[in-house]
This record gives sequence, C-alpha cells and structure tokens, in this order.
Amino acid sequence: MHKEIEPPVSALGRPGGKTKKTPLQRFWHNGLPVAVVLLSVLLAWYVAAWRLNAPGAIERVLDEEAGYTQRELFEATMSMERPLMPAPHQVVADFYESLTEWPVDNPRNLLYHVAVTGQSTLIGFVMGTALGLLLSILIVHSRTLDRALMPWIVASQTVPVLAIAPIVLVILGTLGFSGVAPKAVIAMYLCFFPVTVAMVAGLRSPQTIETEMMHTYAASRWQSLWLLRMPAALPFLFPALRVGVAAGLVGAMVAELPTGAVAGLGARLLTGSYYGQTTQIWSALVMSALLGLTLTASVALVERMVLRNRGAVA
Amino acid sequence: MSEAVSTWLQAGASPLFWPTIVLLALLAGFSIYRTAGLEGNRWVGTLTAAVFGLWLVFFWEVLVRCLDVSRVLLPAPSFVLASMADHAPKLWGDFVQTVGKAVLIGWALGCGLGFAVAVAIDRMPFLQRGLLPVASLTSAVPLVGIAPIAVMWFGFEWPSKAAVVVLMTFFPMLVSTLAGLKASGKLERELMYSYAASYTRTLVALRLPSALPHIFNALKVNATLALIGAIVAEFFGSPTSGLGFRISTEASRMNMPLVWGAIVVAAVTGSLAYALLVALERRAAFWHPSIRGTK
Repeated sequence: MHKEIEPPVSALGRPGGKTKKTPLQRFWHNGLPVAVVLLSVLLAWYVAAWRLNAPGAIERVLDEEAGYTQRELFEATMSMERPLMPAPHQVVADFYESLTEWPVDNPRNLLYHVAVTGQSTLIGFVMGTALGLLLSILIVHSRTLDRALMPWIVASQTVPVLAIAPIVLVILGTLGFSGVAPKAVIAMYLCFFPVTVAMVAGLRSPQTIETEMMHTYAASRWQSLWLLRMPAALPFLFPALRVGVAAGLVGAMVAELPTGAVAGLGARLLTGSYYGQTTQIWSALVMSALLGLTLTASVALVERMVLRNRGAVA
Repeated sequence: MSEAVSTWLQAGASPLFWPTIVLLALLAGFSIYRTAGLEGNRWVGTLTAAVFGLWLVFFWEVLVRCLDVSRVLLPAPSFVLASMADHAPKLWGDFVQTVGKAVLIGWALGCGLGFAVAVAIDRMPFLQRGLLPVASLTSAVPLVGIAPIAVMWFGFEWPSKAAVVVLMTFFPMLVSTLAGLKASGKLERELMYSYAASYTRTLVALRLPSALPHIFNALKVNATLALIGAIVAEFFGSPTSGLGFRISTEASRMNMPLVWGAIVVAAVTGSLAYALLVALERRAAFWHPSIRGTK
C-alpha cells in the first residue's frame, strides 16, 4: 500500500537541481516516446486498413468460391484500387507520384494546390494581422472604441465565425470578385479576431511603473507605443499569429468548397470525395497537415528570431 | 410602419435624406461616446457595446432599405428576422440535427475521451512525453478536412459529423487536462504526501479539483470548435437538414435572409453554450482565485 505513494519531487529534495542532459540523452528522453507514439499510430492505421478493407476485398478482389488464405486477404486489403481506408504506403506512393510524375503547374500535382491555398492563406493572414494591429492600437488609445467594440470582438470568439464564409463568398461574388480575393478575405477575418484580442491584452501589459516612466520622460503617445507597448506586446502577438495562421488555412480550404472545387487543397478533398478517390483524399489531407505545420513553424521561427534578441525566450 | 416614415424611407432621393442620416450618425457617435464615459460596474461597460450594437443594426436596416441594397448582397435585419420566423420549424430541425445530435454527442465524447486518456496516462511519463508534442501539433492541422472521409465511413447522417467533432475536441482536452493535472501547488502535494494519501486519493481530492480551470477552458474552447466542426463537416456533404447544410444550400440558392438566420442560430448557440459553461465553472470551481477575484 505504502509503496504506491509517490512523493512529490520536491519532497525528495534533489540537491543541485537538474543535471543538464547531452543531446543524445535528450533525444532518448523526448524523441523516443514521440517515435513510439507515431509508430503505434502507423501500426493502428495498418490494422484499421486491414479490418476496414476486408469486406470490400472479399467482395471485389478475391474469388469467394475458390476460397482464399488469410495471407491473400491481407495482401488484397493492402493494395485495393479504391479502398475504404488506404494503407499508409499507398498514401505515400500517391503523394510521391503526384509530386514527381507531374509538373508543378498541373492540377494533379499537390504542390499546385498547396500554392493556391497557401497564397490565399498568406494574403489573408497578412491583411488580417495588419487590420488586427491597427484596431488594437486604436482600441488601446480610445476608451469609446474599447467599450463599444471589445465586448463584440471577445464574444466573436465563442461564435462559429467560419460559418459566415459562404456569405462572404456570395457577397464578393455579386460584387464581381473571384479567385483569390474571397478566400483571402475569409482567411483575413479569421486571423483578425485572435490577433486583435491578444494585441489589446499585450499593448496593455506594461505595468503602471513603466508607463509612468515614459510619462516622466515626456514621451509622446507614439514614442510610448513604439518603445514600450509594442515590444511588451510581442510575446502576446506570436501565439495569436500561430492560432491565426492555422485558422486562416482552414478558412481558405473551406472557401474553396462552394466555388466549383477548381483548385486548392479543400477542392482536392471535395473532388476526391465526389469520385470516391480515397487515396487522393488522404494524400490531400497529409499535404494540408504539412502545410499547416509549415505555416505555424515559420511563425514560430520568426518568433524565436525576434524574441531571442530580447532575452524573452530562454 | 406609419405612412410618413415609409414615404420618407422610400424617398431615398429626397434632399433631406443625407442630412438626416449624417445627423443621426452624429447622434449615434455622441451617445456611444457619452455612455463609454460612464463610470460604474461591468454592466455599464457592456452597455456601451449594446448601444453600439443597436445603432449598428439601426443603420444597417435604414441604409439597406433606403438605398435599395439587393437582398442577396445584404438583407436588412428585419428581413432576416422575418425569414427566421417563416422558417422556424426548418431552423429548429436544423438546430436539433446539428447541435442536438452531432455537436452535443461529439463534444461529450471528444471531451470525455480526452479527459479519460489524460488521466489514464497520468502515471506514464513516457506516453505523456510521446503524446503531448503530437497532440499540440494537431492544433496547426486542419482537422476538419477529415470530414469527407468521415462521410464515407459513417454515412451522411449525424454520426459522421459527430466523428469529426470528436477528433477536433479530443486533443485540446487532452493537452489541457495534462496541463491541469500538473497545476496543483507543491505545498499542497507535499501536504497530501505527509498525510500518506494514496495516489487515487491525491488525484480525487487535490489534483483533479486544481485541474478544473484548465478543464473548463478546454470545454469552452471545444464548444466553439465543435460547432465549427459540425457546420463545416456539413459543407462537405450532409442529409437534408442541419445548420451547415442550410447555410451552404441556401447560399447557393441566393436565399440570403435564411442563411443569415441560420448563422444567427449558430451564433446564439455558441454564446449561450459559452455562458452556460462559465456559469457552471463558477459553481464547480468557486474556490479558485481566478473566479473569486472577479466577484
């Protein structure tokens, strides 16, 4: 019974604190568990592909009269034409083929769709961030704007704003905009809300003593914004940017759905589901996951570069 | 609407129209400015937002009507309300389909699973180190994209939407619960240790209660995520009801007042769910400093 009780770490009073680990030790400590988890996901995927595809394989590939061995069944489930669940190696093969067999400007190449979706995401992201920054600066300096707008902006976080996307598409479509513009606008307003909320908090984060110091220096509003508030707000800004860019990507993908599904990762998903091309859906999914990770990682990289100089990040 | 007002409304070209609008705009600006200057508790603070919102709706209505803006472009609020009243049974059916089935069940399952897995791997640091980075990365991945596959597996009805919602809500709950379980203070943990409290006892009496703020945060974030997930999943393919279905089909038929109506339903649902969870949190974690401080 007593052996069950684990003492809290501090109760042991480890002297000298933690010892620093070598890179190899760190890899075993952090990398190995992740690798194990990813491998089990892969294994589960294979098992799922086998179980889910088995009925289809028996019906379409194997000859039921002649009988089949379990080994034949397993092999059939791994290499079906339109499987219910494509096996990972099929997805990888499709992914690789689409990248190497077709030129980049061909709709069969996934990079083409990445370019389409990534472009509208990035344009929207930049516009949304700029708009959010501008509005947060105005809100911080005006009590009226703060009181009138802030509750609405905060409340918008609890509302599925992505649902407005079809309306934006229709409105911009009637006004004669098509192509990148509507998608970018949707990505923009999705980025805008988190950036505004975070920047208002960030611009207000300097303590009274610091703002009073600026005051004693007779700093103008601009100076105290630029020299004090902005730097103080940066640690608030970057997490919001990471959220914003991910939300913008989802927005851009959703915006591609009703436009006739011409190009882009969202359109690729939809055409895949129209024609039952499951492998195509999965490789588009993998690609959009990679795009999302790349976008967030780039923001994180900029964050590190910007904040490292200020010693805010260890 | 009285005769005089309606003739004034139709007379968009009347020379008095723009001066009146400018005058009203000045009045609106002044009233917002004055209410913002009021001192008082937080209700006075939100009053400004309410005044601003009312003026916005007013100008929306008046300008859209007088300038004869096409209903496709921007329907007047009164049209939206009328359309909501006309199609009330339809919208109620959509609400039941999307919120009552897909969102509620998916949200409960996703949050429950995330919580259960987090508690289960609480004593397995190896799995925690493995799962946490993967789970955190999923926030950067457009998980809704799984919707077409979910439709293929679970059919067009609500289970496929609930599956998308489960996937979207699982990871935030897992990450938050794991963070929450580490949130109890060193002093309290040492106290439990000195009482020779067992692992389970410490978990139930100390660590889970101190994880509550984190758990409620995830519940709140997930409520919005679940609504987004279910609605967007319906964009990819759905039965003949549901808020997402209504939004996408009526938008393609250019019946914009009903689209706005469905969005109003979704927005009100989201805000109410959030408010409900905040109220619940106040009762469940009333002792926590973050809640005691706001009274």
